Amino acid sequence: MDFHTGVWNDEINVRDFIVRNYIPYEGDESFLAGPTERTRKLWDKVLSMMEKERERGGVLDIDEKTISTIVSHQPGYIDKELEQIVGLQTDAPLKRAIMPFGGIRMVKTSLEAYGREMDPQVREIFRYRKTHNDGVFDAYTDEMKKARHTGIITGLPDAYGRGRIIGDYRRVALYGVDKLIWFKERAKKKLEFDIMDSPAIRTREELSEQIRALKELRVMAASYGIDISQPAQDTKEAIQFVYFAYLAAVKEQNGAAMSLGRVSTFLDIYAERDLKEGRYTEEQIQEFVDHFIMKLRMVRFLRTPAYDELFSGDPTWVTESIGGMCVDGRTMVTKMSFRFLHTLVNLGPAPEPNLTVLWSRFLPDNFKRFCADISIKTSSVQYENDDMMKERFGDDYGIACCVSAMRIGKQMQFFGARANLAKALLYALNGGKDERYGDQTGPEIAPVTGEYLDYDEVMRKFDLILEWLARLYINSLNIIHYMHDKYCYERLQMALHDEEVYRTMACGMAGLSVVADSLSAIKYAKVKPIRNEAGLIVDFDIEGDYPKFGNNDDRVDRIAVDLVKDFMFKLKKHRTYRESVPTMSILTITSNVVYGKKTGSTPDGRKAGEAFAPGANPMHGRDQNGCIASMKSVAKLPYDYSEDGISYTFSIVPDALGKLEDDKRWNLVALLDGYFFEKGHHINVNVLQREVLLDAMDHPELYPQLTIRVSGYAVNFVKLTREQQLEVIHRTFHTKF
Amino acid sequence: MAVTGYVHSYESFGAVDGPGIRFVVFLQGCLLRCKFCHNPDTWERAVGQEVTPEEVVERILDYRNFISRGGVTLSGGEPLLQADFCQALLQLLHEHGIHTAIDTSGALPLRQVSGAIDMADLILLDIKDVDETDCRALTGHGNHHAFSLLDYCEKIKKPVWIRHVLIPQYTLLKDKLCRLAQRLEGYSCVERVELLPYHKMGEYKWEALGLYNELKNTPVPSDDEVETAKQILRKWIRE
Repeated sequence: MDFHTGVWNDEINVRDFIVRNYIPYEGDESFLAGPTERTRKLWDKVLSMMEKERERGGVLDIDEKTISTIVSHQPGYIDKELEQIVGLQTDAPLKRAIMPFGGIRMVKTSLEAYGREMDPQVREIFRYRKTHNDGVFDAYTDEMKKARHTGIITGLPDAYGRGRIIGDYRRVALYGVDKLIWFKERAKKKLEFDIMDSPAIRTREELSEQIRALKELRVMAASYGIDISQPAQDTKEAIQFVYFAYLAAVKEQNGAAMSLGRVSTFLDIYAERDLKEGRYTEEQIQEFVDHFIMKLRMVRFLRTPAYDELFSGDPTWVTESIGGMCVDGRTMVTKMSFRFLHTLVNLGPAPEPNLTVLWSRFLPDNFKRFCADISIKTSSVQYENDDMMKERFGDDYGIACCVSAMRIGKQMQFFGARANLAKALLYALNGGKDERYGDQTGPEIAPVTGEYLDYDEVMRKFDLILEWLARLYINSLNIIHYMHDKYCYERLQMALHDEEVYRTMACGMAGLSVVADSLSAIKYAKVKPIRNEAGLIVDFDIEGDYPKFGNNDDRVDRIAVDLVKDFMFKLKKHRTYRESVPTMSILTITSNVVYGKKTGSTPDGRKAGEAFAPGANPMHGRDQNGCIASMKSVAKLPYDYSEDGISYTFSIVPDALGKLEDDKRWNLVALLDGYFFEKGHHINVNVLQREVLLDAMDHPELYPQLTIRVSGYAVNFVKLTREQQLEVIHRTFHTKF
Repeated sequence: MAVTGYVHSYESFGAVDGPGIRFVVFLQGCLLRCKFCHNPDTWERAVGQEVTPEEVVERILDYRNFISRGGVTLSGGEPLLQADFCQALLQLLHEHGIHTAIDTSGALPLRQVSGAIDMADLILLDIKDVDETDCRALTGHGNHHAFSLLDYCEKIKKPVWIRHVLIPQYTLLKDKLCRLAQRLEGYSCVERVELLPYHKMGEYKWEALGLYNELKNTPVPSDDEVETAKQILRKWIRE
């Protein structure tokens, strides 16, 4: 049986191949196969290595001598006899590589943190070779450095790889590397202009780098004895080729998030053909998938403790987007969608790959129920609104990192971490001075006076500070991404993109619910600022009650909505690097803890140092009317103005979801349907007993695979810092009986 | 003059008070003083937010698309202490095609509450203790009104889910549970029995309200004890 032909035969167009060839699946999960003997043995080996890794403080081994590139390391195996899908980042499982092009300092600190030293030869090389990090600091202004120091802008990718770029790894399986190189060479030939200005020169240089990377990819695969120059012939090859392409990316880039894209339904086309032609059985296909997923669970980067403080749990964000609807009205759920989710049963729960279901109310009921079942069992799945994203991104987009949608192979973003809006509010009260350091970090405006805070006065000043912050923020990102393109260009990932790429400047905000509640308190209660000797406001007395975000109360929800719109407007005013289009996310992952730490007391009653709520969540314990009221508040936040994603994390104890097992599943389905119908964008679902988490804090060895969802991401609970564990436990658990 | 009611609070996501996802309205006021009550803050009458049925319905309709496969449950306190308000509210919800349930102890005389009962789609009837005298000791009132209510439901074919809290040393006794099973035999309106193991999650409220908690040292039932109780009433138990 041959594939249906179409546009994809003449040009690079994976979507066309998928839409012409995939077979939607509306049945239930009964066809799924359990783990094979080989899978069990292999996974046991990996688990024991992971156990050892944890015992050694989180890092099993480091190759500090070899600078990682696509072809830098000899082939590595877990167990050559058992592995059906091969390839590791270095020559041994879980051994971490150094990737210094983002920043040599980060490599040095990471090595020191794990008791290693920088290799003299590597040090020598980087006396002559400049890194992204060096470039950024050459160009940063004093103001930028100050803002970075006080933490009003934090998590900027100025010392490490920016990530959040998804290569279209499927192209390697569908076309083979030779054809991809041919297309890139043809494109380069066409780029001969009369005027060789900077953009034209840059594009030509980038294309050359891309071609070089594709050639290296072919060499890397050959070192495993596999020829990927031609298209994949069956399911096993298709999975292997996709994985090699992804592997090349994570050998080259230590990106903050290295997402996979949307490969499952693509792969199902091969699986359906093989099943029909009797080439492979369901057991064999599930085995390939299990082994592939195992590999994705083993992706490792060498990072500093400071990075872990921000993004705890050793995250890699190997996000895979599953399901969704086709523009032609058919569901894009296939058997492969089930098989991918089923790995959470076959191999047990895990944070990686970051399995993301693109939810539509039109998804088949059987699939919805299956997802709910997997969520209840594993807490390892996140859901995002396909009905809303499809309107903007079509039906071949994927999620990068946690919530950032982008057309696969056609769009990328310049990751911009986030600005701390709660701190910005305090700057507005304190005349632009930092409430912790007392420095004049922001513009020197007149501080607020008077016994009680006046809403209109605060809003006027807040507006000034936000204008300043938006400008500073975009300018900092411009520098960062200019330098990243220059010194740490993603050759391989960009080789798996079209030549014309749509770029966004992905800004973010932290502390939304803190600011909304603070402004609500100022407006509806009486807030008296308390000043220290230096005249800085360091605390607040609140008289009376005020409406709080998360209760479906328009009085405060409107404040939150306006804030999102307003900050987006302000960001849009500024010129961006490479004409990228500014967008914004409301997402913190685990960094809400650090943001809170770096922020003084706020007018909502939150004390200095206390964690923010994650992402767009209401503040802990302030949602009083149950989770649907809370979801409704979050769903009001306008996706149009926060197109890089709005993250909400929902935790519930199993018994509060319903009495009978099937009730629980359908109630969860109804919650998801309702939330997305209300135009909620993203939701993490945790179904867990609080006691289990408490026990896991004291006995981590008993819960190696305990996975929980945090804002936009899943983590191994036992890999979180104690502070973050406590924060998760304090976070609203919906427990009503 | 329009009827108004006193509401203690709202829960937008109730998954354990009737079928599907339910919006739960907790009404203020109760005539019982159950020793095991986990909401003693709802006992006092005529306090809390005073609202009209229309206001409550407006609030509920905002949640409509979440509760389309579930509905609304009136709970409390004892909702039927405000029977006229309940009836008016249920009438409006009925007009909007929303499934309704009343979660009641049935401690009020039938003639006061039958109007509201007629309007609801499902009755969650809390039988506190099968024996009249023990029931009085445990809650301050007997159970005869509850059984009259059950008779009435049987007569008008109103579906009923019986709820029964399992309290060690009080109701979690084999012979009592057998008597309950015998007593329920013959009621075709009873669709299920839900056994609710006594829990201590409301205990902090007693302390906060400065009330003496007699059940302070009563343990929560073990899994085995709950299983035994389920066996006795298995005919109506759904799992």
